[in-house]
Amino acid sequence: MPWNEAALTEDLGLGPLFETMAQGDPLVHSVARVAILTGVGDDIDAIRYRQDVLYDCLDNPGVVRAMYAIVVAAMERETDTGRSSLARNPDWVLRWASTSIEALLGSLEQLRRVAESSQSDFSSAGVSGLMSSLIRDLDAGYCSSVRDHLQRLKFRDGIEIGVSLGQGNGSSDHVLLDPPIRGPVSWLTGLIERFAGRRHSVDSFTLDPADEVGVKALASLRDQGLSLAAQALGEAADHMRSFLGDLHKELAFYVGCLNLHEQLTRIGAPISMPQPSPPDEPRLAFDGLCDPALALTLDRRIVGNDVQADGMGLILVTGANQGGKSTFLRSVGLAQMLMQAGMFVSAESFSSSIADGLSTHFRREEDAGMESGKFDDELRRMRDIVDHVAPGAVLLLNESFAATNEREGSEVAQQIMSALLDWRVRILCVTHFYELAQSFRDRAGDDVLFLQAEREEDGKRSFKMIEGEPLRTSFGEDLYDEVFRAENPDDGQDAEDESTRSVSEPDDGAAEHAADSSGRASVPQVGRR
Amino acid sequence: MNALIDTKPSGAANERTNSGHDDRRPMTFRSVLFPDGATAVDQSAAEPGFFRDLNLDQIVAAITKGREEYDLTAFFHAPLDQVDHVAYRQEVMRDLEDAALISRVKSFAESMRTVRAYLAKVEQLTHLAEKQRWFVDAAELYCDAVADLVDYLSQASVASRGLWQLRQYAAEYAASDEFRSRRDEAKQVKAELATIRYRLHILQHRVEMLPYDGCDDYSKEVEGLFARFRQGDVEPYTFASTRSDSLNKVELMILDRVVQKYPEVFARLDAFFHEHQDFQDGLIADFDRQVQFYVAYLDYIGRFRSAGLRFCYPRVSHDSKETHCSGSFDLALAGKLAGEEGAIVANDFDMSGDERMVVVTGPNQGGKTTFARAFGQAHYLASLGCPVPGRRARFLLCDRIFTHFERKEEIADLSGKLKEDLARIAAILDEATPRSLVVVNEIFSSTSLRDAIVLSRKIAERLNERDLLCVWVTFVDELAAHGDQTVSMVSTVEPERPEERTYRIIRRPADGLAYAMSVAHKHGLTRNQIDERLRS
Repeated sequence: MPWNEAALTEDLGLGPLFETMAQGDPLVHSVARVAILTGVGDDIDAIRYRQDVLYDCLDNPGVVRAMYAIVVAAMERETDTGRSSLARNPDWVLRWASTSIEALLGSLEQLRRVAESSQSDFSSAGVSGLMSSLIRDLDAGYCSSVRDHLQRLKFRDGIEIGVSLGQGNGSSDHVLLDPPIRGPVSWLTGLIERFAGRRHSVDSFTLDPADEVGVKALASLRDQGLSLAAQALGEAADHMRSFLGDLHKELAFYVGCLNLHEQLTRIGAPISMPQPSPPDEPRLAFDGLCDPALALTLDRRIVGNDVQADGMGLILVTGANQGGKSTFLRSVGLAQMLMQAGMFVSAESFSSSIADGLSTHFRREEDAGMESGKFDDELRRMRDIVDHVAPGAVLLLNESFAATNEREGSEVAQQIMSALLDWRVRILCVTHFYELAQSFRDRAGDDVLFLQAEREEDGKRSFKMIEGEPLRTSFGEDLYDEVFRAENPDDGQDAEDESTRSVSEPDDGAAEHAADSSGRASVPQVGRR
Repeated sequence: MNALIDTKPSGAANERTNSGHDDRRPMTFRSVLFPDGATAVDQSAAEPGFFRDLNLDQIVAAITKGREEYDLTAFFHAPLDQVDHVAYRQEVMRDLEDAALISRVKSFAESMRTVRAYLAKVEQLTHLAEKQRWFVDAAELYCDAVADLVDYLSQASVASRGLWQLRQYAAEYAASDEFRSRRDEAKQVKAELATIRYRLHILQHRVEMLPYDGCDDYSKEVEGLFARFRQGDVEPYTFASTRSDSLNKVELMILDRVVQKYPEVFARLDAFFHEHQDFQDGLIADFDRQVQFYVAYLDYIGRFRSAGLRFCYPRVSHDSKETHCSGSFDLALAGKLAGEEGAIVANDFDMSGDERMVVVTGPNQGGKTTFARAFGQAHYLASLGCPVPGRRARFLLCDRIFTHFERKEEIADLSGKLKEDLARIAAILDEATPRSLVVVNEIFSSTSLRDAIVLSRKIAERLNERDLLCVWVTFVDELAAHGDQTVSMVSTVEPERPEERTYRIIRRPADGLAYAMSVAHKHGLTRNQIDERLRS
């Protein structure tokens, strides 16, 4: 997991997204969380590989869910009861592993049958690779050979071990030999032999079963001989289990994607497969980009944003309060993460260069009141980020250093940002510090893009970001007017906005953001590239 | 045997005069800790009185931790009183700074540890074939360890008298007929034991021994069967061995039968056991223990070195009181803060000419006591022949160290405390010689300032009369300006942030206002600040 897992989860509002993907399945939840937070690294091919599998899954949701059900059933049977307590004794491990392998083999055969019947419906390297290996590696001959060995591993005719002299001249270098097959020896033959003393040569001895010390000592010697086979069989069971466990997790990821897709489709949110590009050149361009977490919370379609910022190292967002700046920032960060996890994003289109790590530095409210402590805390978090940041990383700044005054905060932020930009860190910065924005004005259009939260003539927010130079005020008066007018319920529109606001984020006006923009009603489909 | 060839000492590692080379030739190896080998260390020597005040108890405990079997503490309680003895140890320590050499010495020690463990088994066991096997294993391991060490030393660059003599001694020992034939014999016996192999068939309570005919490993077959599921590693199954170090009843029954089958092999084992009872050499065993003094110390300071802290070999003198150390720090504190980057602040100290007394003043929590401790520690560690914290250092080789630290628990009885303070100082003055070092930390805090000034001056005069080296931490600024023998040092604060201590102690006149002014500055109330504000 990335070092800043907690901050990313909180700042980008990942929790609700994981919930939607999980639909109550805890494994899907944890897999989605890991997949999205860690991504696939800077490997475009790996992203495309997952995208291909995802296309397959979206085309055959029934098959994917059926395979998932088989694996879930297998894993539910496999409890972890044994390993720790049983692992102490080879006999137990042998017995437990045999039972386990028997059952796992059954599930694998079920999967093989699914693969045989639907292999032709899948074209991605990932899924067809899996299916052909199931068909190839679990042929009937192999399965019966495994069952045969499981019988022999019951050692009905005793065990044979080869040894040499070791520590204290005791037995060492134990090698378990082929299980002996002596043919059926009746209890009567055994009895006669014992009485006749025929098998009591110099080279053999039989312990009195009442000799507890001796019996225990013999068991310990026997364990020594069995331990390697027990290890091999125990590990084999573990490998089979971990094969199914991995499959469990992988399928869980795609089941999570299917769940998310269903939900986004239901509310009519745009969906598209993003276009990753190499990290060398900063790229970022999108149309109709939404924050799916917010859309799902509001349970309706929300306004998307269009930006063309290829070649830009810094995107500075200024402008009206409650104008959707934070939501905008979150939507970009989230899309970047989803892209790097090989998933679809909620946008008409989205392309971006791969980021070597994503960091967020968002204003935090919790420790308000301790002024110096808060600024300290902001600097400490920033230092953590700088400690971890690498060229090609993406950094999202949301009202950083707002804990101090504008002059100080701007100076601190400006120095940090300039240094990081020189290190090719891509920065998206939302700020109401005019001084800060102003200090990057010379670079506008060069490698700095200025955006503003759009403010229409009548002062209403469209919740869209448009290109534009920083403005000196953040339209606090507007907000003041709006809030105070809302208390006087003669304007229905505003009153409704106010009521929705309470279910989302009060600092951001996210609820208003949900106001429908006309003309984008069609249910989006993910098309093949 | 090339071990007799005199490997030239490397110049860099050897600070001694040339005459040293010739001196060592006729000497025979006695001890790696003492040049004449005769100096005995009282193994029950109690901890010196100042250990606790200087936190040397913590340092020594940390150094010797995990090496209790060597009983090294006594060596750390016994400072050396001759410059040449210090040099002898410094030479050995410098040699052991060579990573390859010390790692050889460590693996030798590891082998010797195992040898001792095996011999303990021999003592405890009764079954002959079992007991004797441990014995021959121990003997072989010992011989191999000695031979390996000799091999390595023969081509290693060794500059110290101690290791040079050891090399010569060990080489002769390893070349002796006795040693060589013992080693060969041990190997022969073990080779024969290794040829014995057999097969066991176990069915319920019956065990049958059969000839071993090299059948296949069935567990490999099982592994192969499931190889197709193998991806990545799973946690291996480790079974709690139900086997103890000693053979159990069944194994002994089997062993009895093996002995019957191979009587010649076990007769040779028996003969070896009886012929080589005392296979260890006394001086080699002593070396094994004593060299741990160096290994322990180097391992200990290695942690700090890898955190960027520096150590150096001090020059010690029997009579000169020129005292210098750059980049000194408190080793006990460094131990506590280990891992916290940049946590340790190093300081310099310097006394030349008539200077004898360092008076440390300044804000509390500014590292004054730490400074005084570092000063005392450095002198003591130097007298053990150890490298000390710092980049460069020279010290007087003190005969005694005296400390007088505030005792908190007695604060209740103020007049009694003042009296006790004075009595302790009197006792120190009584016992101290001109070669002693005195570390005084905040005394007279229980009395009035006027009393403290007067008493401190009087005591300082007495210390100076005795020409004693002294570090004195005090709140009495007046003491810092007390004559030519006094060096004033002050703990400092960052002017902008007086609440953050720098722990830097610098040489400058005591100035009680420095701290107050910096606090004023923080609040914008210095003269200049007020002036500027009024002007605007």
